[in-house]
Amino acid sequence: MFSIYKKELSTFFGSLIGYIVIGVFLIFTGLVMWIFADTSVLEYSYASMDSLFFLAPTMFLFLIPAITMKSFAEESNNGTLELLFTKPISENEIVLGKFFANLTLVLFAVLPTLVYFYSIYQLGAPKGNIDTGAVVGSYIGLMFLAAVYVAIGLFSSALTNNQVIAFVIAIFMSFFVHWGFDYISKIPAFYGIWDDFIQKFGIDYHYRSMSRGLFDSRDVMYFISLIITFLLLTNFVLKKKKY
Amino acid sequence: MSVRIKNLTKTYGDQVVLDNVSFEVGKSEILGFLGPNGAGKTTTMKIITGALFPDSGEVVVSGFDVFNNVTEVKKRVGYLAEHNPLYSDMYIKEFLLFIAGVYGIDDKNAKVKELIELTGLTKEQNKKINQLSKGYKQRVGLAQVLLNDPEVLILDEPTTGLDPNQLKEIRALIKSTGKDKTVIFSTHIMQEVQALCDRVIILNDGKIVVDDRIESLGDNVVTKTKSVFVQFDEIFDIDDLMKLDTIKAANAIEAGIIKLDGDDDYMMRKEIFSFAKTNDYTILSMFKEDIDVENIFSKLTH
Repeated sequence: MFSIYKKELSTFFGSLIGYIVIGVFLIFTGLVMWIFADTSVLEYSYASMDSLFFLAPTMFLFLIPAITMKSFAEESNNGTLELLFTKPISENEIVLGKFFANLTLVLFAVLPTLVYFYSIYQLGAPKGNIDTGAVVGSYIGLMFLAAVYVAIGLFSSALTNNQVIAFVIAIFMSFFVHWGFDYISKIPAFYGIWDDFIQKFGIDYHYRSMSRGLFDSRDVMYFISLIITFLLLTNFVLKKKKY
Repeated sequence: MSVRIKNLTKTYGDQVVLDNVSFEVGKSEILGFLGPNGAGKTTTMKIITGALFPDSGEVVVSGFDVFNNVTEVKKRVGYLAEHNPLYSDMYIKEFLLFIAGVYGIDDKNAKVKELIELTGLTKEQNKKINQLSKGYKQRVGLAQVLLNDPEVLILDEPTTGLDPNQLKEIRALIKSTGKDKTVIFSTHIMQEVQALCDRVIILNDGKIVVDDRIESLGDNVVTKTKSVFVQFDEIFDIDDLMKLDTIKAANAIEAGIIKLDGDDDYMMRKEIFSFAKTNDYTILSMFKEDIDVENIFSKLTH
């Protein structure tokens, strides 16, 4: 598994992919947090990172499928997936290696935003006047969210040989899992009876709960089971290619 | 037996790709795999490597079954696929180190260095794979396959698309590395089969049509008639040749060459020579028809 992980990471940073993803993420979140008047912390004058954690899921919705789309689609198209299939390595190891490599890239994109936290912490009046618990919770929630997106991206990449299709499917599925249930719960037929129950299927419900700094094991279990589900599905699709 | 295959069947939808194929390959045997495109060669090879599972049948490689012990099988098999898939944006060394890591080889650097030397990649070792010519890519493919010292080497059309020099080099490489291994390789080049293999299996429509040692291949398959081609300097009536005892038919073919058929080409040639001597004719050339795999192949698969 480790050799796959290493190989994937070196592909990201051996090509422009890694730098572009990190660069775009940081430029955009930087602009929104510090420059754009509508959302800037400096204009808003409250010591909070809400604009980052509100924006990040939308950015991930596009950036993560962009990095995961090639994972299996490209390898399957080039025949290198078959090369891996003839080596003594299980599908699980391939899937996990790729999963952690993609997640690591996302982590590298998110880590520098800790500078934003430090700046706000220093700028607070009095100094340090920021809800650190909520920020920590939000970061953890954000990483769980990214992990789910990566798992979904890998799954859709395994479904097809075409990267563009993998990209589009991944965006659609991620969007649906994140916000879709929320929208469904608002259908009048469910209103007042099922809406709360349906909302709990979506990421949004759990992400918001984590962002408040509330560390609920049910949220963690939700994210973990969602990740495992998509990784198992990916594994299943890969295994099917051998029959 | 290194590789034992029994009643192998594989279907894709309605199409039967392999139909009850059984054969065995012994240790340090070189087996040539022939057949028209779509006969099931690649499918058989992929199944032996564990990259594909059959519908039914038994595949045992070095004592390990592909269904229950596929990882053990993969550790013992090296498979070079037809299109030789490689990570083209990796450097040769980087790629080989990656594969060595997948195999879990202890001393990766030493092993990779050894194989770079063995496959003659020393000069190119710092290049990216997509900068290499086809022949060198094939070498990288072979190096990658040999990393784990496989007991069974499976090569799917390893020499396709190479120029004559590369062809020679790759063949020599296969022959030298395959000495103490079981080698199964498929090809469309018939001379290659004759040059490299001990044994030939010809597949057609998912069935084995021939499984024979290369020396005895002709005797069992081709008709017993032998042909001798002869070219004389003089012009004379072909019927004169028909008078010879051993010759059953004589036909003039292109450019003054006469094709003579009989039962025993050795006796025929002797008689033709004495015929020329008594009539004071000059023989410009005389050769017997080689019973080549190409003929057998086209006879059996059409």
